[in-house]
Amino acid sequence: MINYFKNRFLPILSIVIIIFAIWYIFTIYLNSSIQIDTYERQKIDWEFSDLVKDTMSQKKPLLPAPHQIVSEMYKTIFMIKITSKKSLIFHSYITLSSTLLGFAFGTILGIILAISIVENKAMDASLMPWIIASQTIPILAIAPMIIIILNAFGLSGLLPKALISTYLSFFPIAVGMVKGLRSPEISYLDLMYTYNSSRLNVFWKLRLPSSVPYLFASMKVAIAISLVGAIVGELPTGAVAGLGARLLTGSYFGLTIQIWSALVMAAILAGTLIFILNFISRMTLKSMGGQE
Amino acid sequence: MNKFQKTQQAIASMLALLALQNFIFNVFNYPVLFCITLLALLGVIRILYDFFNNGMFDFLFSILGMTILIIHVYDSPPNGFWPLLISIWLYGWLAIEKITYQKNVSPFFRKIFLMVVPIFFGIWILFAWEVITIGLNIPMVILPSPSLIFIQFVASLETLWADFIQTFVKAALTGYLIGCGSAFLVAILIDKSLFLRRGLLPIGNFISAIPIVGIAPIMIMWFGFDWHSKAAVVVIMTFFPMLVNTVTGLSVNNSIDRDLLKTYASSYIQSLIKMRLPAAAPFIFNALKINSTLALIGAIIAEFFGSPTVGLGFRISVEVGRLNLDMVWAEIVVAAIVGSASYGVISFIEKKVTFWHPSNRKTLEK
Repeated sequence: MINYFKNRFLPILSIVIIIFAIWYIFTIYLNSSIQIDTYERQKIDWEFSDLVKDTMSQKKPLLPAPHQIVSEMYKTIFMIKITSKKSLIFHSYITLSSTLLGFAFGTILGIILAISIVENKAMDASLMPWIIASQTIPILAIAPMIIIILNAFGLSGLLPKALISTYLSFFPIAVGMVKGLRSPEISYLDLMYTYNSSRLNVFWKLRLPSSVPYLFASMKVAIAISLVGAIVGELPTGAVAGLGARLLTGSYFGLTIQIWSALVMAAILAGTLIFILNFISRMTLKSMGGQE
Repeated sequence: MNKFQKTQQAIASMLALLALQNFIFNVFNYPVLFCITLLALLGVIRILYDFFNNGMFDFLFSILGMTILIIHVYDSPPNGFWPLLISIWLYGWLAIEKITYQKNVSPFFRKIFLMVVPIFFGIWILFAWEVITIGLNIPMVILPSPSLIFIQFVASLETLWADFIQTFVKAALTGYLIGCGSAFLVAILIDKSLFLRRGLLPIGNFISAIPIVGIAPIMIMWFGFDWHSKAAVVVIMTFFPMLVNTVTGLSVNNSIDRDLLKTYASSYIQSLIKMRLPAAAPFIFNALKINSTLALIGAIIAEFFGSPTVGLGFRISVEVGRLNLDMVWAEIVVAAIVGSASYGVISFIEKKVTFWHPSNRKTLEK
C-alpha cells in the first residue's frame, strides 16, 4: 500500500499539481493583455493582485482557469435538469450512446472479419493487405460525407454517427483479433492435431481463448477512437446535440469555457470507458486463469 | 479443389446458364457476351473432367470477363448482364482461392502470388464499383463511379495540389516535426528521473486516449484561421504518443549490454547514443507511424472548425455541402495517397535503421 502510494500516486499527483500551476500562470499571462486594455479604457488604477483576480473571472477568456471550467461543469451538470438542452449530461448521453452503439457494431464486425481471415486463406491473402493499408488513410475525413449521404436517405440522428464509430473501430479490432487468433504456439496446435480435434474444436478451445487478451487490448484502442468518431460525426449536422455540437457552437460564439467543459467531459468519458474495459478485461482474464 | 470451391464453381456455371438463355436469341447483337458466357459455362465440365482447374484459367477468364463487361456497361446493359456479372465475380474469387490454396509451389511463385492477389482483389473492387454504379444508374450524390472520380481528379489537379500544400506540407508536416521532435527531446530529459517517468507516463497514456481533436476551436482562437492553428493541433496530438513510446523504449532493460558498456567506462551520452537509442528505435518508429496518420487526421478535422478557403478538410466540408461528391472523393484519394505514402516512407526508414530487429531479419525459407 505504501509502495503503491510512493510509486504511483505521489508522482502522478505532483505532475498534476505542476500542470495546474502552469495552467494558472498561463491563464494570467494570456488573458492579461485584454484585461489591461479594459482597465485603460475604463481608466481604473490597477495593481497586480487585481490583474490576477480579474483574469480568472473573464466571461470569454482566451484560456479559462481550471476553477472556471469546474464551476461551469458543476452548473451544467447538477444545476440544470437532465432533459434540458443546456445540460452537459444530456449532450454526453447523446455522444455516449452513439459511441457505444458504433463500438458494439465495430467489435462484432471486426471479430467476424478476423475469424474469416484466419479460417480462410484466400480472405487472408486478398483482404489483409487492404485492411492494413486502410489504417494509413485518414478515414475520419469521410465522416461528414457519410453523415450527409445518410441524411439524403432519411437516416439521421443516432445511426449515422454510430456508423462512423463502427467504421473507425472495426479496424483495430480486426487487426488485433487476427493477431490473437494466430497467437497459439505451434506445439499447442500440434497437440490438438494429435488429439484429432476438428477445426471447430481448435477454434473454440484453443484459438478463441488465446485471442482474448489481444481482443481486450484492441478494444481499448477502438473505444477511444469510436468516441472521436462520434464527436466528429456531430460536427457536420449543424450542431444539434452532443459534445461535438457543444464544441462547434462554442467555437462559433467564442464561448471558451463551454468548449473547455465539453473537452473535459469528453476526457472524462474516455477515461471512464477505458477504466471499465480495463476492469472487465482483468476480471475475464482472471477467471480464465491468466496472470496479470 | 475442395468441396467448397466445387460448389462455388457450379453456382458460377448455373448463373452463366441463366445469362445464356438471354443471349442465345440475341447472338448477333451480343456475340462477345455470348462467347464469354459459353466460356463461363465451361466450369461444370471442368469440374466433371478436372482439367484447367489450377486457378490460372479462372484468373485469366475473370480478367477477360471484366474487360468485356466494362465495355458493355456504358450502353444500356442487356438482360442477362447481371447474372453474368455475378458469375464472373465468383470466378475471380475462385481464382484467388485456388491460387492461395495451391500446394507444391516454388517459394518464388508464392511470393509473386502474395503480391498479385491483393492487387487483383483491389482491381476487382474498383471494377465492381464502376459496373454497379454505372449499370444501376446510381446517382452521383450517393456514390460517384471511379471513372468520374478520376476525371474530376485530373481536371482539378491544381486545386488538389494547393489543398495538399496547405493541409499536408504546411499544417500536418510542420506539426508532426515539431510534435515528434519536442516529445523526443522531453523524453530524453525526463528519462533520467524515475519520479518524472512514473508521473508522466500514466498521464501521457490518458491524454493519448482522449479526443484531442476537440482542442481545434481553441487553437483557432489562439493562432488564427491559417495553417498555424492546424499545426498546433497536430503538435498536441502527436506529442503524447511519441513521448510515451520513447520513454518506454528508453527503459528497455538489457542488463548484459548495460554491464558491458559500464566495463567500457562509457559516459551517459555514449551509452545513450550507442546502446539505448538504438534499442528504443522500434518503439520510436512505432510512434512515428501512429503519428503519421494522426497528423493528417488532426490537420483535416481542424479545418472543419474554420480555415482559409484552401485545404483538404475545408474542400471536403464545402463540396459535401454542394453535393459535389466526385470532388470529395478526389480529395479522399489525395488523403489516401498522402497517408499511405508517408506511412510507407517511415516504414522504409525503419527497415533501414532497425535492420537488426527480429521482425526485419530475413528468416530462412522453409
